Amino acid sequence: MATDRSNVPLLEVSNLRVEFATRRGPLVAIDDISFSIAPGEVLGVVGESGAGKSLTGTAIIGLLEPPGGITAGEIRLAGRRIDNLPHDEMRKIRGKEIGAIFQDPLTSLNPLYRVSEQLIETIRTHLPMDASQARARALTLLQEVGIPGAAERLDHYPHQFSGGMRQRVVIALALAAEPKLIVADEPTTALDVSIQAQIISLLKRLCREHGTAVMLITHDMGVIAETADRVAVMYAGRIAEIGPVQDVVKRPLHPYTTGLMGAIPAIGHDVHALTQIDGSMPRLDSIPRGCAFNPRCTKVFDRCRVERPDPIPQGRTAVACWLYDGAGR
Amino acid sequence: MTADRLRAFFDGDLWWSFTRSKVVMGAAIVTGLLFLAALIAPLLSLQDPWDPGSLQLMNSRNPPVWLEGGTWEFPLGTDNQGRDMYSAILYGLRVSLVVGFLAVIFAMVLGITLGLASGYLGGMTDTIIMRIADVQLTFPAILIALLIGGIVRGVMTPSEFESVAVYVLVVSIGLSQWVQFARTVRGQTLVERNKEYVQAARVVGLPARLIMIRHVLPNVMGPVLVIGTINLAVAILTEATLSFLGVGVPATRPSLGTLIQIGNGFLFSGEWWIVIFPGITMAILVLAVNLLGDWLRDALNPKLR
Amino acid sequence: MSENVLRVTELKRYFDVSKPLLNRILEGGGRQVVRAVDGVSFEIERGETFSLVGESGCGKSTVARLIVGLYHPSDGDVEFEGVSLGRPASRARHPEKQARMQMIFQDPYASLNPRWRVGDIIAEPIRFRKLEQGAAVMERVGELLKLVGLAPRDAAKYPHEFSGGQRQRISIARALAGKPDFLVCDEPTSALDVSVQAQILNLMKELQKELNLTYLFISHNLAVVYHVSTKVGVMYLGRLVEWSETKTLFGNPLHPYSRMLLDAIPDLEMSGRARTPVGGEVPSPINPPPGCSFHPRCPFANERCKSEVPAVLSYGSQHVACHAVQEGRLPLWRDAAAA
Ligand SMILES: Nc1ncnc2c1ncn2[C@@H]1O[C@H](COP(=O)(O)OP(=O)(O)OP(=O)(O)O)[C@@H](O)[C@H]1O
Ligand SMILES: Nc1ncnc2c1ncn2[C@@H]1O[C@H](COP(=O)(O)OP(=O)(O)OP(=O)(O)O)[C@@H](O)[C@H]1O
Ligand code: SF4
Ligand code: SF4
Ligand SMILES: [Mg+2]
Ligand SMILES: [Mg+2]
Repeated sequence: MATDRSNVPLLEVSNLRVEFATRRGPLVAIDDISFSIAPGEVLGVVGESGAGKSLTGTAIIGLLEPPGGITAGEIRLAGRRIDNLPHDEMRKIRGKEIGAIFQDPLTSLNPLYRVSEQLIETIRTHLPMDASQARARALTLLQEVGIPGAAERLDHYPHQFSGGMRQRVVIALALAAEPKLIVADEPTTALDVSIQAQIISLLKRLCREHGTAVMLITHDMGVIAETADRVAVMYAGRIAEIGPVQDVVKRPLHPYTTGLMGAIPAIGHDVHALTQIDGSMPRLDSIPRGCAFNPRCTKVFDRCRVERPDPIPQGRTAVACWLYDGAGR
Repeated sequence: MTADRLRAFFDGDLWWSFTRSKVVMGAAIVTGLLFLAALIAPLLSLQDPWDPGSLQLMNSRNPPVWLEGGTWEFPLGTDNQGRDMYSAILYGLRVSLVVGFLAVIFAMVLGITLGLASGYLGGMTDTIIMRIADVQLTFPAILIALLIGGIVRGVMTPSEFESVAVYVLVVSIGLSQWVQFARTVRGQTLVERNKEYVQAARVVGLPARLIMIRHVLPNVMGPVLVIGTINLAVAILTEATLSFLGVGVPATRPSLGTLIQIGNGFLFSGEWWIVIFPGITMAILVLAVNLLGDWLRDALNPKLR
Repeated sequence: MSENVLRVTELKRYFDVSKPLLNRILEGGGRQVVRAVDGVSFEIERGETFSLVGESGCGKSTVARLIVGLYHPSDGDVEFEGVSLGRPASRARHPEKQARMQMIFQDPYASLNPRWRVGDIIAEPIRFRKLEQGAAVMERVGELLKLVGLAPRDAAKYPHEFSGGQRQRISIARALAGKPDFLVCDEPTSALDVSVQAQILNLMKELQKELNLTYLFISHNLAVVYHVSTKVGVMYLGRLVEWSETKTLFGNPLHPYSRMLLDAIPDLEMSGRARTPVGGEVPSPINPPPGCSFHPRCPFANERCKSEVPAVLSYGSQHVACHAVQEGRLPLWRDAAAA
């Protein structure tokens, strides 16, 4: 397993806190989360819309925009602290050491420039190459992400590509400088299953062959189960459960994860009704006291309404739930 | 319900962004005061500048009160016909604002109707309306005013014409502005038309007319209000220009623009106050309204927030 | 019992996407027509959920819109409860039929008018069809809100005060307000999270039983489709290539494209089955390949496939348009082979 290959984490996030300054006071969007990713490892991040998945990714690549900002905690890349770097230095790291794939391929590509121009510019910004070397590399990249007829396609404009192909171009851009870490925010959500499968297998190959670490944000449990080594389940700005993917998918511990897994319909399973978690995730400005999940939790008890649980280790998994506190109820 | 809405308004982002900017609040206060002054002009004024009987030629070209020869009877001096400038400005403000408002409302109603129809119905309707708009744009307001004015003058006696001169102005200025409303509304309508709530209304079976009025219209009003505010300033200026060129309101019931035109003739003979005071009032009014328009545009634009 | 609610026959819809005439004359290039839906026929019985699946752009939404009258067919017919609604004129003559079909849309944010109160949104079909008068309107709105799991007092709120899942409930309440018996649901849960999706799917199933509703359901999540539908149709490039009972289709798909689609599903069980991506690029609906439009990607294509469009033929309860199936030269499906 990739996790065992190295115990030095490539990315280490500790006690990260992201807040938005609003006129009604600060809104805590990411509240004290910690996790790490080893080289060659894929960490899946799942959770309800608004749980803070994208925000975590944005904080790591240093693209938080005011009024949002990191107010506590550290982010380290290969041991080096990157959350407090000046703008310019962070821009060099982005692209070179961290590649980012955003949800919407249309906004990441400039419609006015040919795909080749965009690729070559990115390559030459980060790697010492002349124009023809960069062009050759651009071609290789397009072939690598599986664009048929890459040589003819290289000089096309983005709008001449189909949605799935554009998303692959975005991935090629993220890979241009052979980054050590890729933050992929819902890279397959806009695509249908067939293209999704191609992109997933591409990401997996990269991890295997280049030792790239991937943070894969999605709300598709199927994609996570297939791709990730470990998975973090987020709820209302915190990590509810984090652990090896088999454990979390097959034996979820946190009541929220249990509900989430039950809510997924599966082919071949005939259930009359899907398990559902009643209610909805609280808004940032009305997160309840104690465990944020307590109004919806079926196993809630007194302590949950007062004290906020931190992740508690359970084997290879860590669960933020008082049910698993040894000192317990 | 109304109380709810009020509370929601004062709680909302619009009010918040309003209270944050001193300039905008200043502009709002100035605009409000000028509107109020125009509204209660008869109470504030010292004389009725529209009543030829109250004007006396012996009082003509009096300087303002703080200059040699000025009296409190005419605090800002008088013009060549003995009109008290202070009262004339209050009444002139009235005329300018009425013409401005009516013109913008006329343009708005015309523009919204044609823009909605054009955007929602598409096809031939759209093509025809937009071609008319293109043609319209090549005629400046002054040309239209001259044209309509000329025609109306031809069919009416001069005294009759005087009584409808204001409406001629309103229609001319309105005609020069509707295209802007129509294009904005059309663009917004094209966006809204494809949204699913409009399609849901179509599946319910609502006729196009009702969908346009009930569903699309409320959702395109934001930009319309912004343009309306900015165009109010433009309309007031256009009225002034037309009056300055002598095709505006009659000199017996002068607007700010007419006053400036009258005063312009005396600028070099030393009676600067006849042109300067209406000019300053005009500038302040237009500036304040423009500032409000700019703020409204920014405040309603989610991208800039 | 098996009464047909909807029958669609040889339904076609072409979109003209050519450049304007002037540009065509100056720059050359002929007319370009997208064959979004190109001859689709199927039937839906009362109380059923019929699902359409297929790649993005294959024409699922266009079929849905043709049925509810948002588009007019270029050819073919839509017959609802025995009345032909294919031509705009006949649809206009039967407002009572139009009232009995409603649609639920994908985007919970765009499908509610942001300037209207929830109560007015739901009341619109009631008021428009004069189903209730005066105070009874709001009473009915309250009932509908309770039916979809919201509270009557939510009627006074605006859509932005609700989450995505709650908005989708409001959309359902609006769709039910006109007392329809047929609902077209175009990806009603695609924009929602799994946990919220489960709430909505459960609600839709309950309502179906309670009100004896018939659904046309569109989704590209095959697991969701398996869960909700009684019959499934697979579309490819504007054509229905296979349709049958859900269990049959998932257990023994016949059409090569259906098989590819099922092979590409992500595997939550982690059974170790390698997921096979569907190979080849999606052809353009502007110039679809001749013959069977799937032939450039089909491992079983032969000469006949390249020239002759396969007709939909019935094999027991399965309806398939494929020459290989007809010629009996298609190998068994993996699961069937194992069994
Ligand atoms: N500019 C902002 N101002 C205030 N709050 C914000 C801002 N941007 C994001 N948020 C809030 O931060 C929270 C986390 O958002 P984030 O985009 O990370 O969610 P997510 O988990 O990626 O959801 P999704 O699945 O919908 O992409 C949300 O509740 C969102 O409302
Ligand atoms: N109004 C239109 N004008 C021109 N082309 C259209 C129009 N509506 C749809 N099309 C085209 O028709 C084809 C089918 O579109 P449709 O929306 O029905 O696909 P779909 O199966 O619903 O896809 P998705 O899963 O992405 O929603 C596409 O190629 C699309 O580009
Ligand atoms: S801490 Fe309590 S409320 Fe929170 S998930 Fe655990 S049992 Fe439920
Ligand atoms: S008809 Fe031929 S090309 Fe089409 S699916 Fe069947 S075997 Fe393949
Ligand atoms: Mg996100
Ligand atoms: Mg669709």
